[in-house]
Amino acid sequence: MAYSNKPLIKIEDLSYAYPRRGSVLNAVNFALHEGERVVINGDNGAGKTTLLHLIVGLKKAKQGQVFGFGQPCKTEKEFNRLRAKAGLLFQDPDDQLFCPTVLEDVMFGPLNLGFTKQQAIDKSIQTLADLGMQGFESRITHQLSGGEKRMITLASVLVMEPQVLILDEPTNALDEKAKGRLLAVLKALPQAMIIISHDKLFSEQLATRQLTLKEGALIDEEPTNNNVAVA
Amino acid sequence: MSQSLEHSLTSWSGQALKHQASWIDDIDARVRVVCSTLFAFVVVSSQFFTPALLGLFCALILVKASKLNIKRTLRRVVAMDLFMLTLICILPFTTPGDAMFTVFGLTASWQGLLHALLITVKANAVLLVLFSLVATMSASTLGHALAHLKVPDKLVHLMLFMVRYLDVISQEYKKMRRAMQARAFVLRTNLHTWKSIGYLFGMLLIRSVERAERIADAMKCRGFCGRYYLNDEMKIRSIDWIFAIVFISFLLLLIGLNIDGLFK
Repeated sequence: MAYSNKPLIKIEDLSYAYPRRGSVLNAVNFALHEGERVVINGDNGAGKTTLLHLIVGLKKAKQGQVFGFGQPCKTEKEFNRLRAKAGLLFQDPDDQLFCPTVLEDVMFGPLNLGFTKQQAIDKSIQTLADLGMQGFESRITHQLSGGEKRMITLASVLVMEPQVLILDEPTNALDEKAKGRLLAVLKALPQAMIIISHDKLFSEQLATRQLTLKEGALIDEEPTNNNVAVA
Repeated sequence: MSQSLEHSLTSWSGQALKHQASWIDDIDARVRVVCSTLFAFVVVSSQFFTPALLGLFCALILVKASKLNIKRTLRRVVAMDLFMLTLICILPFTTPGDAMFTVFGLTASWQGLLHALLITVKANAVLLVLFSLVATMSASTLGHALAHLKVPDKLVHLMLFMVRYLDVISQEYKKMRRAMQARAFVLRTNLHTWKSIGYLFGMLLIRSVERAERIADAMKCRGFCGRYYLNDEMKIRSIDWIFAIVFISFLLLLIGLNIDGLFK
C-alpha cells in the first residue's frame, strides 16, 4: 500500500486560544500514521481535549491546517467526511449515549452514513457481539453501569468502521476490571489511535509513542520514566 | 420541600408506570394514544353527569384491565384531587344560582357545587384513562408512537431527549444538593438560603447547556446532519382494530348521551 507511509491525520501549525484564558495551543504540529497508538499526556487544562476537538473540527482553529486522510479540512462538510473515518470517544459516556435504548444509539452512526435500517441493525448487533456486549440491544442506556456505558460508546464509534480512533480519557471513572477489559479490546483493534489518559499504567501498555502537551506545544517524550515526577 | 421536588424529578425517568403485564400492553401504542386523546376531548366537553360518570366507570375498568399498581396510581390521583378540592371550595361561591348556605355574606350555590363535582369527575376519568392507556408504555414507545402519528419531529425529539436526560440532570441536581448538605447547608428563610438555591439552579442551567453542547458535538462526530431516525415499525393487528372499534363506539355513546341531554 502506497498509502501507508502517508499520515492518516496531520496537523500543521495549529493554534487555538480561548477568549479569556489566552492561548492554549501554539503552532502545534503532529502526524498520526497507520498502526500507531499515540498517547498525549499533559496537565489538566493543558488543552488536550481542545486539540482532539480541533482535529475533528468541533472547534475551529485560529490558525493552521488539519489534513484528514490526505485531504485538507476547512469546511463543515470536509470535517464531516473526516469524522466518519475518525471516531471520537467522549470523556463522559452520557454525552454520547443520547438514545433511549442501546441498539438505537449504536445504529445512529450507520444511519447517518446512509445505510438502510436493516443494514444498520445488522452492523450494530455484529459490533456489539464483537465487543462481547451481545444481549444489550434493548437495554436502556442510562441504566447501564459505567463500564457498560463505555463499551457501548466504543461500539457506537466502531460500528462506523473508522480508520482512526480518538479516545478522550477512556478509563475515566472505570474500575480495574472494566479498565482491563477495555485495554484488552483496544489492544486487539487494528485502528490507529490518539489517546488522552491520565492513567499511566493504561497508557504505557497501549502506547507506541508518547507525547506531552506543555505550554501550548507538543513535545516528544522518550519512553523512559523521567516524567514520573510528582504531579 | 426538596424531598417532593426530587421525587417529581425522578419519578418518570423514562420508564413506564410500574404494572403487571396485561392485554392492554399488546395494543398498538398509536391506537392507545389516539383513543385516550379522543376520550379526553369527549369527556371534557360533556355537559352532564351521566356521560361523565360513564366515562369514569370506563376509566376504572381500564385501570383494572391494565393491572396498574393501585397504590402508586392512587398517590398520583390524590395529588390531582387535592387541587380539585380547592376548586370544590371556590366554585360554589363564584357561580350564581340557588343558595346552599352563606358564609360571611358570601353565598354558596348548588349549581357551583355541581359544576365543581362535574369537573372533578371529568378530570379523574381523563387522568385514569391516561394512566392505564398511555402511562403503561415506556416513554420512548410513546415518543415513537407520536412520531408515527405525524407529530412534528422537533417535538418528538424534544420529548425523547428530555426522557433521556431528565435523569442525568436530576442526578446532577442531587449531587450538588448533597454537596451542599455535606457542608451543613440547611434550608432556612434567609437571604443566604435564597442565594444558595439561586446559585444551585443557575449552575444546573449552565451545566445543562454545556451538556447539550457536548451532546450535539458527539452527534456531529457520528455524522449527524439534522435527520434523526426512528427504528421501529408499528403494525396494526386485529386486536388493535377490535379495541379501537369498541372504544370509539363507547365514545359515540357518550356523545349521543350529551346530544340527547341538550334536547331535554
